[in-house]
Amino acid sequence: MRPTLWQRMDVMARHMVPFVLVLMLVLIAATPTHVPGMVRVGPMLSLIGVYYWSVYRPDLFRYGSAFALGLFEDILTGAPLGSGALMLVIASAIVVGQYKFFNGKPFIVTWWAFAIVALAAAGTRWLAVSVLYGDIVDLQTIGVEYLLTVALYPVVGWLMARAQMLLIKDA
Amino acid sequence: MAMNRLGALKGVMQRFAVVALVVAAFALMLLGKADTVAVERLRTTVADAVAPVLDVISRPAESVADGVEYVQGLMHLHDENARLTAENARLLRWQMVARQLEAENDALKALLNYAPAPQASYITGRVVADTGGAFAHSLLMLAGRSDGLRKGQAVMTGEGLVGRVAEVGARASRVLLLTDINSRIPVMVGEGRQRAILAGENTDRPRLIYLPANAGVAPGDLVTTSGVAGAFPMGLPVGVVASVEDGVVRVAPYVQRDRLEMVRALDYGLDGILTGAALD
Repeated sequence: MRPTLWQRMDVMARHMVPFVLVLMLVLIAATPTHVPGMVRVGPMLSLIGVYYWSVYRPDLFRYGSAFALGLFEDILTGAPLGSGALMLVIASAIVVGQYKFFNGKPFIVTWWAFAIVALAAAGTRWLAVSVLYGDIVDLQTIGVEYLLTVALYPVVGWLMARAQMLLIKDA
Repeated sequence: MAMNRLGALKGVMQRFAVVALVVAAFALMLLGKADTVAVERLRTTVADAVAPVLDVISRPAESVADGVEYVQGLMHLHDENARLTAENARLLRWQMVARQLEAENDALKALLNYAPAPQASYITGRVVADTGGAFAHSLLMLAGRSDGLRKGQAVMTGEGLVGRVAEVGARASRVLLLTDINSRIPVMVGEGRQRAILAGENTDRPRLIYLPANAGVAPGDLVTTSGVAGAFPMGLPVGVVASVEDGVVRVAPYVQRDRLEMVRALDYGLDGILTGAALD
C-alpha cells in the first residue's frame, strides 16, 4: 500500500526533528541568561546536539546539516565565519567514521567518547582561529567552556533522547 | 557484490563531502577575515531575520533572572538599606560640591566664551543575544537603521562604555564589545590623561597598548575615552586599571556583562570610527 500524502509529510516532518532541535540549541545558547559569568563562558550546546544525532540517527543528520548549523551559529554570535561550522563538521565526521564503535554502546561510553570528540573538534577550532588571528586565543575560557559542555552532556543528551522517543521513533 | 560496490561508493562520497565542507569552512574563515561587504550583508540579513525569534526567547530568561534578583534583594534588604543610607549621606555632600563647581564652571565658561560640546541623543535597544566566549564578544540589540543607528556609534549602559556599533541591520544591530579581540578604542588614563589604545583580547580584562613607557599608570586609575580620531566623544567612562604587571596594563570595564538588558547608542553627530563610502 502506498503511503498517503499526509503520511509522507508526517515522516518528512519527523525526519527534520534533529535539525530543528539543534537549531533550537543554537538559539538558546545565544540568549542572554543573565547568570553571572555565564555570558563569558557558555556551553557549546550545538556540539552536544550534533554529536548526539551523529551517534543515534546519522541517517537523519548529515554533514551538510552540521555545516549549516555551525555557519548559522557563527553568524549569530559574531565568531569568525566558518570556525563553528568547521568544529561541528569535524565532530560529526569523527562519529560517523567510527560508527562501528558507537553502535549500541551504553550511555557512559558515549559520554566518555563525547569528551574526546569535543576535545578534538573544539581544539581544531581553537587552532584554526588562533592561526587566523595570528594570536593565541585565550585557552582558559575555552577550557572552561569545554568542561561545562562535557558536564552538560547528560542533561542535553537526555532531552534529545526524550525527543527522539516521542517524535521520531522508527520513522 | 553490487551492494558492496554501492556501499563503497557511498563511503567515498561521504568522505568527499567532509573534505569539501572542511575546505569550505576554511575558505569562509579567510573570506570573513577580508571583511567584505557581502559577508557583512549576510550577517545583518540573518540577524534581522532571527531578531524577532530571539526577542521572544530572551524574555522568559529575563523574567527568571529578574525573579532571582528579586529574591536575592529580599535577602539582603537590611544590609543594603544601611549601605544606601550611608551612601546617600555621602552623596548629598558631593551634590553640594558638584553644585558649587557647576556654578563656578558656568561662570568661567561665560568668561571664556566657551562653545559647548554637542549634546548627544540616545537610541535605546533591548539586548536579545549576548555571545561571549573564546571566539567573539558581541551582542545583538533590537534597534536598526530606521531608529537612527549608525556604524561606529558608542554603545553604553548607565555604568559605562559597552562597545561600538559594528553592523547595522534594518531592525537588529551587532555591537562589538570593548573586550572583543577586534576592538580598539582610544582612551586616556589617570590624572595625567595619558593617551593609549584599549585593545580587547576576548577576555574580561582588555589591555592598554601604545601607552608611553613612563606613563606612571597604577591600579585604580580611571580610564575614559579620549575622543582621539573623532571615534568616540571624549570622557565616556570605560573602567579602571585593574593590574600592572611586567608592563602589561589591564583594565576592568565598568560594564557588567551579565546584567546587560538594555543598551543605548550615543548619537553625537560624529562620524564614528568606521564610516566611509566603502562601508555604507
